[in-house]
Amino acid sequence: MESQVLPDQPATGQKAPVGAALVVGGGIAGIQAALDLAESGIRVYLVERGATLGGKMAQLDKTFPTNDCAICILSPKLVEAARHPNIEVLTKTELLAVEGQAGDFTVRVRQHPRYVSTELCTACDDCTKVCPIEVPNEFDEGLSKRKAIYRPYAQAIPSTFLVSKRGTSPCKEACPADTSAQGYIALIRERRYEEALEVIRQYNPFPATVGRVCNHPCESQCTRGRVDEPVSICALKRFVADTVYARWDREGRPEAKVPGELSPFPLAPQDLPPPERRRVAVVGAGPAGLSAAYFLARMGYEVTVFEALPVPGGMMRVGIPPYRLPREVLDREIAEILRAGVRLECNHPVRNINALFAQGFAAIFLAIGAHQPQRLGIPGEDVEGVFHGVPFLRAVNLGEQVHLGRRVLVVGGGNTAIDTARTARRLGSEEVTILYRRSRAEMPANPWEVQQALDEGIRLEILTQPIEVLSQGGRITAVRCIRMELGEPDASGRRRPIPIAGSEFEIPCDAMVAAVAQAPEIRILDPDHGLEVTPWGTFRVDPQTLATNRPGVFAGGDAAAGPGALIEAIAAGRRGALSIDRYLRGQPLLTPRELTPLPVAQLSEEEIQEKLHRGEAARHGRVQMPVLPPQERVGDFREVELGLTEEQALAEAERCLRCGLCSECYMCVLACKAHAIDHQQAPVERELRVGAVLLAPGYAPYDPKRAPELGWGRYANVLTSLQFERMLSASGPTRGHLARPSDGREPRRIAFIQCVGSRDQEHDYCSSVCCMYATKEAMLALEHAPGVECTIFQMDMRAFSKGFDAYYQRARAQGVRYVRNRVSALKEDPRTKDLILQHTDGDGTVHEEAFDLVVLSVGMEPPADAAALAAQMGIRLDEAGFCQKDPALPVATSRPGIFACGTFAGPKDIPETVVEAGGAAGAALAEIGPARGTLVEPRTYPPEREVAPADEPRIGVFVCSCGNNIAGVVDVAQVVAYAQTLPGVVHAENTTYTCSPDSLLKIQEAIREKRLNRLVVASCTPRTHEPLFRDTARQAGLNPFLFEMANIRDQDSWVHPHDPERATEKAKDLVRAAVARSRLLKPLHTRPQSLYHSALVVGGGVAGMTAALNLARQGFGVYLVERERELGGYARRLGRLVQGGDPRDLVRALEGAIRSEPRVEVLLGHEPVKFEGFVGNFRTWVQERGTSRQRLLEHGVAVIATGAREYRGPAYGLGQHPRVLTQADLDALLVGRSPEVPPEGLPAPAQWRSVAMLLCVGPWDEPEASEGFYCSRICCATAVKNAIALKEANPEAQVAILYNRDIRTYGRLEALYTRARRMGVAFIRYPEGERPRIALEGEKPRIQVTDTVLNLDLALEPDVLVLSEALLPAEGHRDLAELFKFSCTLEGFFLEAHVKLQPVDFPSEGLYLAGTCHYPKLVEEAQTQALAAAARAARILSKDHLEVGGAVAVVEQARCTGCLTCVRVCPFGAIRIHREAVGAGGILGAAEVQAAACRGCGICAGECPAKAIQLEHFRDEQIWAKIDALLSAPV
Amino acid sequence: MPAEDNGFQPEITAFTCFYCAYMAGDTAGLLRVPYPPTVKIIKFPCTGKVDVEYILKAFEQGADGVLVVACPIGNCHHGSGNLRATKRLEYARKLLEAVGLEKERVAIAYMSGSQAHAFAQAVQEITDKVRQLGPSPLKKSC
Repeated sequence: MESQVLPDQPATGQKAPVGAALVVGGGIAGIQAALDLAESGIRVYLVERGATLGGKMAQLDKTFPTNDCAICILSPKLVEAARHPNIEVLTKTELLAVEGQAGDFTVRVRQHPRYVSTELCTACDDCTKVCPIEVPNEFDEGLSKRKAIYRPYAQAIPSTFLVSKRGTSPCKEACPADTSAQGYIALIRERRYEEALEVIRQYNPFPATVGRVCNHPCESQCTRGRVDEPVSICALKRFVADTVYARWDREGRPEAKVPGELSPFPLAPQDLPPPERRRVAVVGAGPAGLSAAYFLARMGYEVTVFEALPVPGGMMRVGIPPYRLPREVLDREIAEILRAGVRLECNHPVRNINALFAQGFAAIFLAIGAHQPQRLGIPGEDVEGVFHGVPFLRAVNLGEQVHLGRRVLVVGGGNTAIDTARTARRLGSEEVTILYRRSRAEMPANPWEVQQALDEGIRLEILTQPIEVLSQGGRITAVRCIRMELGEPDASGRRRPIPIAGSEFEIPCDAMVAAVAQAPEIRILDPDHGLEVTPWGTFRVDPQTLATNRPGVFAGGDAAAGPGALIEAIAAGRRGALSIDRYLRGQPLLTPRELTPLPVAQLSEEEIQEKLHRGEAARHGRVQMPVLPPQERVGDFREVELGLTEEQALAEAERCLRCGLCSECYMCVLACKAHAIDHQQAPVERELRVGAVLLAPGYAPYDPKRAPELGWGRYANVLTSLQFERMLSASGPTRGHLARPSDGREPRRIAFIQCVGSRDQEHDYCSSVCCMYATKEAMLALEHAPGVECTIFQMDMRAFSKGFDAYYQRARAQGVRYVRNRVSALKEDPRTKDLILQHTDGDGTVHEEAFDLVVLSVGMEPPADAAALAAQMGIRLDEAGFCQKDPALPVATSRPGIFACGTFAGPKDIPETVVEAGGAAGAALAEIGPARGTLVEPRTYPPEREVAPADEPRIGVFVCSCGNNIAGVVDVAQVVAYAQTLPGVVHAENTTYTCSPDSLLKIQEAIREKRLNRLVVASCTPRTHEPLFRDTARQAGLNPFLFEMANIRDQDSWVHPHDPERATEKAKDLVRAAVARSRLLKPLHTRPQSLYHSALVVGGGVAGMTAALNLARQGFGVYLVERERELGGYARRLGRLVQGGDPRDLVRALEGAIRSEPRVEVLLGHEPVKFEGFVGNFRTWVQERGTSRQRLLEHGVAVIATGAREYRGPAYGLGQHPRVLTQADLDALLVGRSPEVPPEGLPAPAQWRSVAMLLCVGPWDEPEASEGFYCSRICCATAVKNAIALKEANPEAQVAILYNRDIRTYGRLEALYTRARRMGVAFIRYPEGERPRIALEGEKPRIQVTDTVLNLDLALEPDVLVLSEALLPAEGHRDLAELFKFSCTLEGFFLEAHVKLQPVDFPSEGLYLAGTCHYPKLVEEAQTQALAAAARAARILSKDHLEVGGAVAVVEQARCTGCLTCVRVCPFGAIRIHREAVGAGGILGAAEVQAAACRGCGICAGECPAKAIQLEHFRDEQIWAKIDALLSAPV
Repeated sequence: MPAEDNGFQPEITAFTCFYCAYMAGDTAGLLRVPYPPTVKIIKFPCTGKVDVEYILKAFEQGADGVLVVACPIGNCHHGSGNLRATKRLEYARKLLEAVGLEKERVAIAYMSGSQAHAFAQAVQEITDKVRQLGPSPLKKSC
């Protein structure tokens, strides 16, 4: 067979698959799967529901059993996934539907807005400082607070911020002007009054006016009204306006107190340049017209307002009386509008709008109001003494003398009527009566206005309609009225008034004012206006955009909508301004968010109660607005309502429930210098075409509220394990200090309660990880608070995996106490807040014990949306709600082409999750691998400019301000000036955000224009930003290694905020050092190296066969080498699989597939004898056993899957008595096969009446054993499975399982344990250190054992004793380890490169492991691991060539003495002695680094006694230069 | 226990690996955990690359103390680079003692990337220690 990639041969008739995959879930499983697929040339869509990648792992402090920091391991993978050119990360994205079939799916997704552009956000954090909304921090499990704009955690990817919105708050939704009431109230609460005022002014230039006279529909919708009374939103608006205006009067009006105040208001994501045509005419200086003018002026337009009257203000001035709205208040707000640059022309009625266009106005806003009163249309309406509301009020308000007389009738029920009546009262009329034709409830006037009128002695005649004005001598004497009754509701929803026949009566009076309605005076316009008019006499406009039928003409306010509330007119003005701006820019008139509005945030009853419980809102009713007493106020036009005091306002603001989460105050928009925030975003739907789908949505931690007996949520000192994990974290809410939530005291006694939400009636499974994480948390607690007593209450200790039991023993040795008990309830001592637990001893004694802190080890449940996801995907779930696995391919779901991994497929720990993710990727690659490379495009770069060592350095230095993050502490200008003085620097400049797209372009320009040959950036940390800047250098033709970074933010300005001077000095030092080192940097290049596109698989068991078959199906050639004469390995010896099924069927299927797979060459009876080379270019010689025939195999990668074997040692009489068997022997007998050593004269298992099984038999049971115990993981489940089989064969049989540790049926295997117990299998635990005594003299073995539960000595004489034997590594594993230079565990299992990062990799690149040679495991687990190994191997094999070199070690062979130090210390086996190379002193034999295998750690260079090795990019001279420069501060 | 402030601001050069240790320094920034500004970091791919010579060079150039920060023992991203650094550090200390310099001027700390406070504490400790010892006698006179 040739060692080349074979041509893709899709089966005939089949379409080629799509070379893309969908990965659902951005936790560690999804990330790992995405990386494995992407590295193999597949385009990956990584879809995550949440805001960030990282999943639950990001929340963990450390991870068992290595205790390494979770985020340290995860963070590099996050960065890799985010930057991978083949991966597109879609956060906040939900799946909608999946159609198609394996190889070609169409997936519809909906991406929800982040409200922050991921392209523009520089993650500078300036926004969170100004956000007034605090919410519980989910990442800290509610133990801390975060802002509404936030980044879930410091290392989050995407690293950009986002806004959490629950929806539009009801107050905002109810406000015609969309005012963010929640926003300004939040700012008032923080006493940020000027900013609060600015929030209002984003919607409304009349805050003080509206704050007095608004009909405030917001208050009727306020959620707080559901608790007691709504928040006094309107009064708060007035408070803040009055307060700030008063301050300005006192201290002077600040020019631009609020950042960005006079820039475009924050609806647009960025400052767009104003359009060319920018003159706008506004007709009418009422609330609509002035508002439009104000916003247009703020957006940079030249606005002229034409007003027919001599004064501006419209109805605010000529309609609303001064006792409601003092004139100085209105004047000051109009002055503010004019201050924004609006030109006002009073006494300037506009008659012809065409003339305005002719004068050069680009757009027109018509806001002429509705000043034409509607007549009653009754006889006598024209006699003297009859007035109409609007002209009457206008006359009074313009200062004319109007005499009404003593008795006045006012007709109407709206605000004009009330204003008229109250004005009449103040003009001296003593008897003022309002006539209204319906009942009080139907009055359109604000009810509080009606009440105030009544308080002032005004009478109300309801259900009364005037029908005739009676007069004498042309002057009114009385009004004839008729009584009404209410009929059916009319179009307005109010009941229609119907006259009562014969009820006519007269009311004598001196004057009548008809105040029923008004209409616009459109007829004053010349008739050629060309605008459509409605039957109501208003302009016809689009209700959302206010566009008329004429382009460029917009109309709003009463003139378009008919008479309405003041706030509606203001809203129309703002809307008109927005539409005109968008019209003139040629943009759509509506934003995405306006087209798809957010839902209204409706808090549930439970949420409201929880907020009150948490103290997020104070519990008391609303503050009453102080008013002048009626007797004082009717005498003149003094203001009636007096306004809130500051104290009252603060108390009132505290009552807000913050329904929307984000309050839309837009402070973040103003603070964001990068213009990244856009609250107008809306969801976007997309269609993705993929060949395979991988599901990794993770798990949901059990909600302990469902177990109220454990007190979580009621008792402060009961935490979940995840909360405790956050508490342990150095970057968590307590910075790693253990502190009781009740009093902050460090706990001295901590109890861990296990199996909360696992192994109970609801959960017939074990969550697999809780025993170990509790152990870890207890050990960490000991580290954090030495001397703390940790007790773990558990049923069994499930320390079943590699290194777990040793970890458990270490915890015990450190003093962690384990108590075998299921805790079912606890109570709190109300005084101390300690928690009292009850537990029973082995002998039944009940103990009560107090603890300072209780940690609930919550189990794993399927994610909340698992069922919905399954329905969308068309896959099946198992009984527990986890994804159902395909028994033939453990990572496959019930639907072809859809794979599952991680905890969604059942509870598991991180290493197994990473393995399973790789396995799912491998399985997917077998189907879509042949399409690799079809949907990905390599990035292209311009040709690289040559930089020779002799070239004089031309260094460019960019110093970042990072908004205020650096510049707020470090004097950036000084650093730039200093950089300019450094040798070699030809360019230095300051950038606000060096990482923003425009700055990156600037850097590229500078590189080209100034011929820079070195780039230095002084900004944040290279951990996150070096790849970006290197890429920038490359895009400008500069070698990426000619780049150096100075970390003046994370390691300077952020940590020395109180010492700006020394922080600036430090920044200079760091820049000097970076510049000095950059001078000596060399361009480095990788070079392509060819590789063999084939794999060697050592071991022909299930794992080896699975790996071989998978690689072959991906299109690679495979040599499968097996030392035995047949394939199948240990699985051939098994009777039935633990998970069900016949292992021999599996073996047969695999073998058959391999035999028919032309890409696999099987070499039976062979074993490797010689090995050399490095990744991509390995050479292995295999020899036929028992002969000397050798064969050379050349391969790019190798997968080692050499398996394991049963211990079968002399312990407990195996081999000495025919009735002592192993579980494998029993397995064989149960399926009617002969075991390895067939016992003589043994009846068939169905005949056995009693069987004893003994667990945990291994080399440690031998006399004088030197080896320690380790858990073989699968023996418990195997024993239980066989016990069930025996009971099934003979229900009468007595089966006893003897053990002294635990029953470790982890995960779904727990169901077997439950079943066995139900069938009557006896589980007898004997005391530690007291082994059962076995006598083998008789026909049957006799066993003496103590039962710790019953506290009894038992004597058993079973028909058969079955030993659960440990699994040992396969024979020959030591030789193999030596040959390939593998490390082994104490037990002899091969050691992976990294338990979590690289669980199927050997440290040397290109070598992988799978199956039981790694550790004992189930067959399905071995298969999964084999698929994962194949996926890893495919990352190498799928490349045309390998890029090697760059920042790797190089040997200066003339100095090399061939001492082998480097060969020994290299962790990756990358160095060897080249026999022909000439070393120091001309002696043959010098070290050589295989660049392909070198990872650039530099340990060899550090160790080389002859200094013959240099690590490129960290060459001695480069480091020396840096040290020199760093420490040689200029004098 | 902070040393009495004798007005001397010791210049500390820190050699860190690029994994846990450098990240711990960054995390101190993220969490705004302050430490003396006289500490400046030089990063390496692994503390296994930190040569004795670099430590000596730092003193020769005027450092008052040298702090090596590595991954926790057992968690080195390159196997046991941190153990090699530890051994080399011992050797450097002997050399320093031989030329009459206090061995306490060199320290090593191990921490994971999230341990911001451990980082700040390690920096503070060596600063306090060196402050007590006074300026390095090798410091070049101005």
